[in-house]
Amino acid sequence: MNYGPLVFLTAFVALSASWFGFVLTPQIQIGRLTESTNTLNTAELYPKARPGQAAQGLQVYRANGCAACHTQQTVQEGTSIDVYLLEVGTNAAAVATALVNANVGFTRIDDPGFFLNLPKNILPGTTIEAAKRAFKGAQSAGAKAQIRINPQGPDIARHWGVRGSVAADYLFDQPVMLGSQRVGPDLSNVGARLPDVNWHLLHLYAPQQVVKGSLMPPHRFLFNVSKAGQHPSPDALQVPPEVAPAPGYEVVPKPEALALAAYLVSLNSSTPVFETPMTLASSATSTNSPAK
Amino acid sequence: MNERSSNQSAATAPDEISLSCRGPLVMLFLHAAFWLVAASVLALVASLKFHSPAFLSGCAWLTYGRVHSAAVNAQLYGFAVQAGLGVALWIIAQTGRSPLPHPLGFIIGAAVWNLGVLSGIVAILAGQGTGYENLEFPFYSALLLFLGFLVVGSGALLAIHSRRERSLTPAHWFLIAALFWFPWILSGAYLLLTVWPVRGLMQSMVVWWFGGNLTFVWLSLVGLAALFHFIPQILGRPLHSRQMALFTFWTLLFFGSWTGIPSTAPVPAWIPALSAVMTLLTLVTLLSAWTNLRQTNSGGQPLPGNLAPLRFLLFGLGMFQLAGLMRIVLSLPVLGHITSFTWFAAAQIQLQSFGFFSMVMLGAVYFIFPRLMGTGLSCTKAPLRHFWLAAVGCLLVALPWALGGVAQGLKLADASIPFMVISHSTLSFLRVSSLGEVLILVCNLMFAMNLLMTTTRCASTFFLPAFLAITAQTPKAEVKP
Repeated sequence: MNYGPLVFLTAFVALSASWFGFVLTPQIQIGRLTESTNTLNTAELYPKARPGQAAQGLQVYRANGCAACHTQQTVQEGTSIDVYLLEVGTNAAAVATALVNANVGFTRIDDPGFFLNLPKNILPGTTIEAAKRAFKGAQSAGAKAQIRINPQGPDIARHWGVRGSVAADYLFDQPVMLGSQRVGPDLSNVGARLPDVNWHLLHLYAPQQVVKGSLMPPHRFLFNVSKAGQHPSPDALQVPPEVAPAPGYEVVPKPEALALAAYLVSLNSSTPVFETPMTLASSATSTNSPAK
Repeated sequence: MNERSSNQSAATAPDEISLSCRGPLVMLFLHAAFWLVAASVLALVASLKFHSPAFLSGCAWLTYGRVHSAAVNAQLYGFAVQAGLGVALWIIAQTGRSPLPHPLGFIIGAAVWNLGVLSGIVAILAGQGTGYENLEFPFYSALLLFLGFLVVGSGALLAIHSRRERSLTPAHWFLIAALFWFPWILSGAYLLLTVWPVRGLMQSMVVWWFGGNLTFVWLSLVGLAALFHFIPQILGRPLHSRQMALFTFWTLLFFGSWTGIPSTAPVPAWIPALSAVMTLLTLVTLLSAWTNLRQTNSGGQPLPGNLAPLRFLLFGLGMFQLAGLMRIVLSLPVLGHITSFTWFAAAQIQLQSFGFFSMVMLGAVYFIFPRLMGTGLSCTKAPLRHFWLAAVGCLLVALPWALGGVAQGLKLADASIPFMVISHSTLSFLRVSSLGEVLILVCNLMFAMNLLMTTTRCASTFFLPAFLAITAQTPKAEVKP
């Protein structure tokens, strides 16, 4: 290659190819998403824009670089298909026979304890075919069963979310701050985990008071410490004595702190969507632990 | 490759070409050195927060998130791109055997660039950052960067156009591509993020596309150009294979530009999968560059006085391989899921931007500067000491991060370990890395001081006689009453 224009052309072709692949094509696929009823509960519109104060809080989150330590993406490693036995009905022996005949891995069920502690996950992590056979077998023998589809992965097991994050979760945010490091916990569903605004305010003021051993730096610059005076502020924060200001003073959150707390509380992407199939009945508290 | 300049000893007077480079390059290198020191101070402040979360937390300007991104951006735009431009100008002028046209234009371009970096860093610390990784500078700073780069870059292209030595060297290919690449990706990213903003996750797609193209492709283009130019020159022998260099160039452009999407990205699955395949294919880029430069280097002896620059360059080559391999690990589905979101990713960035790129640039600057100024360095032993300190410092930052990151990732994958326990288990690694940050700060200071003192000494050889002549006391006898 002894011609400069040839080098230019190579670079141009290479970069435009990657631009078409990684900017234009995804723009066609996910850049035009709208608020839709693409949810398992078709009465619900998703995603929804954040309320005004929370939208302002997004800017506080951006300004202070919170994304340097917190991600906002729940990673889903796969799904697990489970069969839950809800009620055994009147004929436990028939249910046991039906389950064995369903050819889903049971050779014989003669332990009476098998039908105790219902509802119970009798076929954790099975295939959809096996789940259907077991379900039909149990139904025909008079038992009540349910097939549940549960998103899987360490993030979900940590209750950081009920499903993996999808493109729609971020539709109305500007900027979108996914974060790339988990110095602190993932925040994609922190509003579902910790819905109390006051918890967040106190946590911003004195993280170590709320979460023992937290590595988060206190964000006291989001608060005013002022003389309480004749009319104490109704917004004043109830602070524990260890971090309380001098007597007669109160800690009043600035508007930025209130906005940031409102934003954190608004972080909740638990709405089930088609991209991540899951059984609606299963809540975050349902466990996938193997049957005992 | 034209080898005439290689035999030029450091002490001889610079020729017309080097003289034409002096103004622009001193401007670029001194400012780059300033931002390098600034970046390491900011990185050290960020690192010290892991010793005590309350450290400097009272001031919004010094909160971790802001200081951290200011450090990353100062390193990238203040040092990396700026030093890269300086080294590129030198290589272009020397291999083309033609002086830089309009040196004042380069100086103005560099001034605009530095204004952009300064306004950007202040904006980040003031809370005006954009929130996009590697693109935290607000639009007005990015505009200044773009204009500054345009001025310097078009000057560099003019210099290539008016070269007297017509054949293009491998370094030329890499540099021509880099001169176009940066304004394309910068304008592409900012237009889609601020002027006609895309919605939702597309913002992240643009940020990843830009990040991959800057931190991998652009840095590799300029870093490899420097390696392909200086290693043969310091050894006084030709590059092992021009064809292999061409292969490196093509694979870097065509595979490298498709990388950078994290394996965990919440986008349609084909995107991270395609990115992972392309990242895996960059292995051939790494291997071809390694083989080519190892073959060039094997058994060679550096020309006298160039041991330190060569060590910097070879260390950079090694770290290029290591950082590239870690990047592949991060992009793969299973390994990537363990190492994403951990300090392993931070270690990869550190090795890519400091271990590889900065070390190569430092070596190149140590090679260029004496020839540029026509005097030896102010402290001739400093480069070797700097090398050892910087190498140890770099590894002392990156290795604890990488090891701590793997441990952290394995624990994050086990939901039965509470998150707080995991956070605390990384602390001892992070605290060791602070030591590395201190070492890096010390050697960056050494580097900046050395450049500054060499420049003042050179300036004083020009101006001191004139100054003395002006201020010399007139003998009393000659004063008429």
